[in-house]
Formats: sequence, C-alpha cells, structure tokens
Amino acid sequence: MDITLDLIVFAVLALFIVVSSVLAVTTKRILRAATYLLFVLFGTAGIYFQLNYSFLGAVQLLIYAGGITVLYVFSILLTSSEGDKAEKLKPGKFAAGLAATLAALGICLFVMLKHKFLAPAFEHGELPVREIGHALMSPEKYGYVLPFEVISVLLLACIIGGIMIARKR
Amino acid sequence: MIHMEYYLIVSTIMMFVGIYGFLTRRNLLAMLISVELILNSVDINFVVFNRFLFPGQLEGFFFSLFAIGISAAETAVAIAIIINIYRNMKNIQVRNLDKMKW
Amino acid sequence: MEYTVLILLLPFLSFILTGLLGTRLKPAAAGLAGTAVTGAVTVLCYWTAAAYFSAGRYASGVFPTLIPWNTVWLPFGGSLHIDLGIMLDPISVMMLVVISTVSLMVHIYSFGYMKGERGFQRYYSFLSLFTMSMLGLVLATNIFQMYIFWELVGVSSYLLIGFYYTKKEAVAASKKAFIVTRFADLGFLIGILIYGFYTGTFSFSPDAPALGAAKALLPVALGLMFIGGAGKSAMFPLHIWLPDAMEGPTPVSALIHAATMVVAGVYLVARMFPLFIGYAPEVLHVTAYVGAFTALYAAIVACVQSDIKRVLAFSTISQIGFMIVALGVCTSSDPHEGGLGYMASMFHLFTHAMFKALLFLGAGCIIHAVHSNEMSAMGGLRKYMPVTHITFLVACLSIAGIWPLSGFFSKDEILAACFSFSPWMGWIMTAIAGLTAFYMFRLYYCIFWGKENRELHAAHRPHEAPLTMTVPLMILAAITLVAGWIPFGEFVSSDGHAYRIHIDWTVAGISLCVAAAGIALATWMYLREDRTVADGLAVRFSGLHKAAYHRFYIDEIYQFITHRIIFACISTPVAWFDRHVVDGFMNLLAAVTNKVSWAIKGMQSGYIQRYSIWFLGGVLSIAIILMLI
Repeated sequence: MDITLDLIVFAVLALFIVVSSVLAVTTKRILRAATYLLFVLFGTAGIYFQLNYSFLGAVQLLIYAGGITVLYVFSILLTSSEGDKAEKLKPGKFAAGLAATLAALGICLFVMLKHKFLAPAFEHGELPVREIGHALMSPEKYGYVLPFEVISVLLLACIIGGIMIARKR
Repeated sequence: MIHMEYYLIVSTIMMFVGIYGFLTRRNLLAMLISVELILNSVDINFVVFNRFLFPGQLEGFFFSLFAIGISAAETAVAIAIIINIYRNMKNIQVRNLDKMKW
Repeated sequence: MEYTVLILLLPFLSFILTGLLGTRLKPAAAGLAGTAVTGAVTVLCYWTAAAYFSAGRYASGVFPTLIPWNTVWLPFGGSLHIDLGIMLDPISVMMLVVISTVSLMVHIYSFGYMKGERGFQRYYSFLSLFTMSMLGLVLATNIFQMYIFWELVGVSSYLLIGFYYTKKEAVAASKKAFIVTRFADLGFLIGILIYGFYTGTFSFSPDAPALGAAKALLPVALGLMFIGGAGKSAMFPLHIWLPDAMEGPTPVSALIHAATMVVAGVYLVARMFPLFIGYAPEVLHVTAYVGAFTALYAAIVACVQSDIKRVLAFSTISQIGFMIVALGVCTSSDPHEGGLGYMASMFHLFTHAMFKALLFLGAGCIIHAVHSNEMSAMGGLRKYMPVTHITFLVACLSIAGIWPLSGFFSKDEILAACFSFSPWMGWIMTAIAGLTAFYMFRLYYCIFWGKENRELHAAHRPHEAPLTMTVPLMILAAITLVAGWIPFGEFVSSDGHAYRIHIDWTVAGISLCVAAAGIALATWMYLREDRTVADGLAVRFSGLHKAAYHRFYIDEIYQFITHRIIFACISTPVAWFDRHVVDGFMNLLAAVTNKVSWAIKGMQSGYIQRYSIWFLGGVLSIAIILMLI
C-alpha cells in the first residue's frame, strides 16, 4: 500500500481523534474535557469531509461543535465552581472499568476485523445538496419527510421539556 | 485508498473510550460528554458503511444526520436535568444521586 | 287462590320494614306494624282454609292438592329443577291455621311481655321473619324449597334465642341450637340430594317409574331426611339444644320452641308419609322407636326439673315424641287399617300447638310476675293471678288428657294407633301419658299451690299480667277447650278420605285412669305446703333423681365427646399440623425470600455506573459465549 495524501490526512485525523477522546475522558478538569470533546468533533467533521460528505461535515460543525459544545460550556460554567476537580476514583473501580472496557474493545475489534464485509465499492464524488434536499422532503421511497417531521416535533418537545425542567420554581 | 477497517478501528476506539469515561467519571457532565463520544463514533460508522458498502444510497447519511439532531435534543434535556439536580443538590457528583435505590 | 302469595309476602315486607327502619321506628309502631301484618296474614290463612275445605273434594273423595302459584327458580336440566311455589293440601292448610293463630297470639302477647325491652323493633322484625319462613316451610311445593325455608326458620330461631345477646347463656344457647340443628340438617341435605339424584326430581310425589328407579336408595334418603327432622324436632339424642333454647324470650319459646318450628320434623315426616309407607316402612318404624324413647326420656327428666321453662321444654320434647310415634306406628295409608296414626299425629300437632303455646305464655306471665324461672320463687300464686291460673289449669288438664279437652282426643287417637301397632307400644305410651299428667300437675301445684315463697312475694307482690298478655291466654284456652270437638279426620287423614273419629272407650278409659292416677299422685305429693313425700323420694332415689335432674348427663356426654375426643384427639393434632407444618412451610418460603432479598439488595445500588458495568459484563459474557460456540 502506497502512502497517499489521503492516507496521511486520515492518519493525522485518526490520531487527533483518538488522542483527543482519550484526553477528554481522562482529564481532571471538566472544562478541558469539553474542549477535548470539541476537538473530537472537529476531527469527526474532518473525516466526513474526507469521505466527501461535506454537508454532513458542515452539519456536524454547526450543531455539534457550534451548538452543543457551547451548551456544555455554559452548563459547566453554571454548575462548577473554581478549581473543581474530579475526585480520585477507588483503584478497584477504576480497574474494573478499565478491564471491562479493554476486554470489550478487544472482542469488538476482533469480531470486526474477522468479519468479511461486502466488497467495498468506494465512489469518489461529492453528494449534491440538491439530492439531499429532495430526499429529505420526499414522501416516497427513500424519502425522509416523515423522520424529518418527527424529529422536528421531538426537538420542539425537547425545547419545551428543557425549559420546564430547568426553569426556577 | 484507505481501508474501511481503519475508519472502523478509529470509531471503535472512540466508542470504548466513551464507555470507559461513562463508567469511571463521577461528574454528570463528564458522563454526558462520554455519551457524546459514543454517539459520535456510531455516526462515523454509519457514514463509513454508507460510503464504502452502499454508495448509491443515502440511509447511512441520513441516519447520521438525524442522530446529530437527536443528540442535540438529548443534550438539551440532559443538561436541563443536570442543572435542576445542581439546583437541588448543589453539586452534580453522581455518588449523591442514590435516592432512587431500593 | 293466588292471594295466598300474600301470606308469605306480607310478613316478609314487615320484616324488611321493621328491620331496616329499626330504632327510627317507635317501639309501639314497630309492634303495631308487625301485629297488624300478622293479623292480616291470620285472616288470609283462615280465609284460605275456609275456601280450601269448602271447595269440596274430588269425586274420589280426596281433597285436591292445589298449586296456586309456582315458578321454576333453578333448572338443572332434565326433570330436576328447584321450584318456588305455594302448595295447598290438607296438612299445609292445617299448619297455616296453627302457625298464624299462635303467631298472632304471640305478637299480641309480646306487647305486654317485651314492653320496654331494648331492641323491641328488632324483636318484632325477627318474629315476622320467623312467621314468613315457617309459613313458607309448610307451603313449600318441593323438598328443596322446604329445605330453604327450613334453614330460614333455623336462622330466625337462632336470632331469637340469642335476642338477649348481652347475656352469655343466651349466646351460648343460640349457638348450640344453631350448631346442633345444622349437624342434623347436613343429614337432611344429603337425603335431599340422594332423593333428587335418584328420582330426578325434588317433588314430594314423584312418578312411579322414578320411584321404582330409586327404590334401593329411597330408605336411605328418607332416613337421612328424618335425621334433619329429628334435629329440628329435638328427638333424642339431638334434643340437647331445645332446653337451652329457653334462654330466649318466653313468647319466642311459645311460638318457635313449642308450637311451630319444633314440629317441623313431624311435618316433614307427614309430608313424606306416602313415600315412607310405600318404600321405607321399616325406617318409619325406627322413627317410632326413636320417638317413644325420646318421649319417655323427656318425661322422666321433666319430672324433676326446677326451672318451669325447662319443664315445659322437656314436656314439648316428650309430646313431639308422641307425634313421631303416632306417625311411626302407621303400617298402611288406610286410616281404618293401621293408618290412624297419621291423622292422630296431625291432630295432636294441632291441639298441642295451642295448649303448649298457652302453657308457655302462661309461664311467661308467671315469670313476668315473680321475675324468676325457678319454682322456689313461686308457690301459692293462684291468689295473685286468677286468669293465668285458670288458663294454665285448662292447658294442664288438656295435656294430661282429661275429657273433654282437646288433648284428650288427640292423645287418645295416638294411643289407639299405638295399641293397634303393638300392645307393648300402647302400654308404654300410656305410661308416658301418665307421667305427663304427673309432671304437668307437679308443675301446676308447685306454681299455684304448695309452699309460698313469702319473703319474696312480700318484697315484690306478684300481680296479674296486663290485658295484652291475658287476652291471648284466654283465646288459646278457649281454643283448647273446644278444639277436641273439631272433626279433624274429616279434613286430614292418611289417605285423604274423610275419616270419622270414633273414640275407643277401652283405650280412652285406660288413658283417663292413668292420667287421673298421675294427677292424683301429683296432688298427693305437691298440693300441701310440706312435700315430705316428694322430698323423701328424692332422697331415697337420690342417684336417679340427680341423674334425671342433670338430664341423664347427655350434655356432659356431648361435652366429653366433643372436647375430650374430637377436639383433643383430632382437632388439636390437625391444628398443630396446620400451624406448624402448613404454616411453617409458607413461613419458610417467606423467610427464604426475605433473606435472599436482603442479601442481593446491594445489587440494586441506585448508581447508574455500577449498573452499566454489570450490563457491559453481561454483554461481554454473552459475546464470548457466542464466539465460543
């Protein structure tokens, strides 16, 4: 396998994502965790771009990186006091969590790498936004108007629910 | 070209890092961040499968799209709950949340 | 004659009304309502009787059996169904007259007797219930309806015996009556079920083929039914409840435990009489022996009791024994050929109801006057209570069988029937008749003559009862005086044809002599103030006297059997088994569950992360297992 630019970009992205996600769950400061999460999300968006799903990458940046992370940061600022650090975990629990996770990871990777997937039929080429729009609004087969509407109702419900839960009584 | 498995390895690692965080972090918001990692890894899987295995279709793509939207909603509600907990308990450490046991 | 339905409905309505309104009704209003309804029922019953007997006979010379109203209540498929209806035939119409008359008298009498009692309304309500159920019993069209009302009668008897429910003895007595009769009714019920199963009907007169099919088991069924009748009619050894039932108010004793309910067993046997004669004559004769023994036993016990109501109770048992004997000695359904006892029994039932109610009501007046049941509190009461005295004397003469009072006629027929069955049965019953005369006059002399309890009477001067109490006495005494002249055989006889009562003067002469001897003996022993003879006899035969006074220890035997044998040897181990083995097993299960729950409840920690670790572990193990397979 020869080293292409694509591969290099992917390697960089993958490394970035893995390191950031590990840091996100191991850092003691919660605000840093949120920042590392933001990095992971950026990396993921990068992968989307690399796969020529620019629209999805844009959505990822907009909603995740732009919206959700800001939400996190605000709530962290609301609920944490200065110098708030994660407390020490008991070694037993830490070991149990780590062991379970590593075992599961091993099994999962093993299964995944052993599995014979369909023959990859990678196609280059950008997905046109017009097609996405049509599919999103189409009530026919391979049209997604129903999930789209359902999600819009869900979002509305979440807005109302969030307000109801979080408002001062 | 890049093998599909590379992407899957990355997403699997991200997923289990998220699970590890969910199991070991004691802060509710940190746990929520871990959940976001898990969700994100699944999104990657969907997109990768769509792109490599069924390039003519859009299911994986839209699944990810909707998952992003739903995760936004989920985060909003979860953060509302966490803020409410904070208001009642003055902290968001998960060890204090054992009122519902037994 | 559909109006006969009212005979049941009116008392029922009265029961519901007075029962539901309870103390919201003034006592007098409740009493008036009950009495008015009973009066109306009495008029209806008399009207029915007049209409029935004047309507005439069939060409065959038999009175028709009318069913003015009937409804299938519970069909079981096939010919088996439980009906509710009204059946009029000579004996049920005769019973209507008896029940309504005595009931009306008791209703009027209770105005005076129960005056000022707590629960006056309840009392009248129960009286109405009893009247309704007793009338329903005699009017039943089938054996099952009879059983239903039979149980209702038992319930109202229970309620009325326990009327003074604050009194411990009354509660015990009501329970005793209920339990003893219930045991007997178990026999009755099984008998009914056998009867219904094998004949395919609950009717009193099934078709011949049905009876032929059930021929083998019919004696068993009839015998079991007689056990039920024996319980209600206080036949030995199921008589133990009746003396205790005297704890109830005295008018109740007069109505239920002397005149009406206790003769239900006699009525039952009479009702099933054609079947008894046709298919189980030997069972019928067994009833005669049971009745004779009961009559003898009760008469002996009655001779030594000191509580006047107890004397009357044993006298009742004895007289019912007479009725049962009269039925039992029948050998055919022809009154001229060994079927005389049927008519005699019904006749005695009729006259006995009147004079025994009179005796009880008179005893009520006496108790009312001296506030005691014991003979020692009485004596010499004739000066204070002339009306009670005269009416009581009439009743005593009647029960002793002195011409021309009603008791003479009916008892004479019974004795004649017994003599025609077998001479020794006749002589035994004659002797018991003599005993009857003796103990009744002992009672009479001890109450109205003899040694007066002067201190007590000085402290509380006995007085004649009020008019509401004496008027029923006088009416009943009048009936007792003339009832013997009723041509009873014209209405009721074993084959339904008119039977002309003729007095066999040999038998009558013997019984008159014996009765006179009994009375004379009682006069000699108890008339004077000092009872040297009686006391001397009591001392000389102290063993017998004591045994008789304690009713030959029948209650003690029951006590012994139930407590020492059944309770101690069967119930206690069963209870132990239940408590320790059955319950213990359940407790063990509960304890194990409890312990295990405590042990594993730590897993339910409430910490979501711990749950997720378990979850992850579970998924992992499943995945490993799947991979290894």
